[in-house]
Amino acid sequence: MIGIEHYLTVAAILFVLGVLGIFLNRKNVIVILMAVELILLAVNINLVAFSAFLNDLTGQVFAMLVLTVAAAEAAIGLAILVIYFRTHGSIAVDDINRMKG
Amino acid sequence: MIQAIAFYLFATIVVASAVMVVMARNPVHSVLWLILAFFNAAGLMVLLGAEFIAMLLVIVYVGAVAVLFLFVVMMLDIDFAAMRAGFNRNAPLGLAIAAVLLAELLLAVGVWNAGGIQLGTSDGSAAQAAGASNIEALGALLYGRYILLFEIAGIILLVAMIGAIVLTFQPPKPGARARQDVGNQIRRRPEEATVLKSPEVGQGIEL
Repeated sequence: MIGIEHYLTVAAILFVLGVLGIFLNRKNVIVILMAVELILLAVNINLVAFSAFLNDLTGQVFAMLVLTVAAAEAAIGLAILVIYFRTHGSIAVDDINRMKG
Repeated sequence: MIQAIAFYLFATIVVASAVMVVMARNPVHSVLWLILAFFNAAGLMVLLGAEFIAMLLVIVYVGAVAVLFLFVVMMLDIDFAAMRAGFNRNAPLGLAIAAVLLAELLLAVGVWNAGGIQLGTSDGSAAQAAGASNIEALGALLYGRYILLFEIAGIILLVAMIGAIVLTFQPPKPGARARQDVGNQIRRRPEEATVLKSPEVGQGIEL
């Protein structure tokens, strides 16, 4: 029978793949944004799994909030990407050091 | 039994497509694999009895976010081969950190499973009532106890929308493009707009 551990394991693997994606594609900010989406998806799976197995719908409400934030983050991130590409003609995030952060 | 088969199917595909998102050479392929991952994650949510979240995943992620990614990937003219130059250089560090992180997370699941970590128990105040559908129960909760959270989510989306518009909006340059001037169009008369010429054969005319 499928228990909560199975879902937690899948979410853990997804989370780790997201982190790995950020490391592997250090230059390509589009893939980094997609990896962040994968991480947020793993968080959502965890929230919904606990919500289902504890019989408490609060987790699903919070999963919706995570979804909202993920959508907003993607929109703003891609908007910043587009204006960066307009001014610099590339999106190599390695070279972004204008703010000396 | 059928549930176990469905779970392993969805879980395998979601993990495999996540691997492909990270590894794909072409970002367009990455986006397509991401769509597959979200579809199968929605399948997992259905197995958990969270139909509404599953539908949200399909509508919001596949319908909006993935299409946004596709648009941006295809609109920007980027040399993706150069982007992957550091791929192998960063691989050992990334794999090491990923292995450590995965071991820690699975250890946490194991310790919790063995009783080493006690979770709080639900007080039953947000339980799904027997007979009520998932959407019904979720709606009652969302428009009742979590109304503030719901409104905050709306404000976050509003701020994101305004932010994206402000960031990418380019005011039209003066004189860059002809604007329609209705008064000018109406004032225009046939006499000043057209000329009648009868050129000689083989001569051509100068307008």
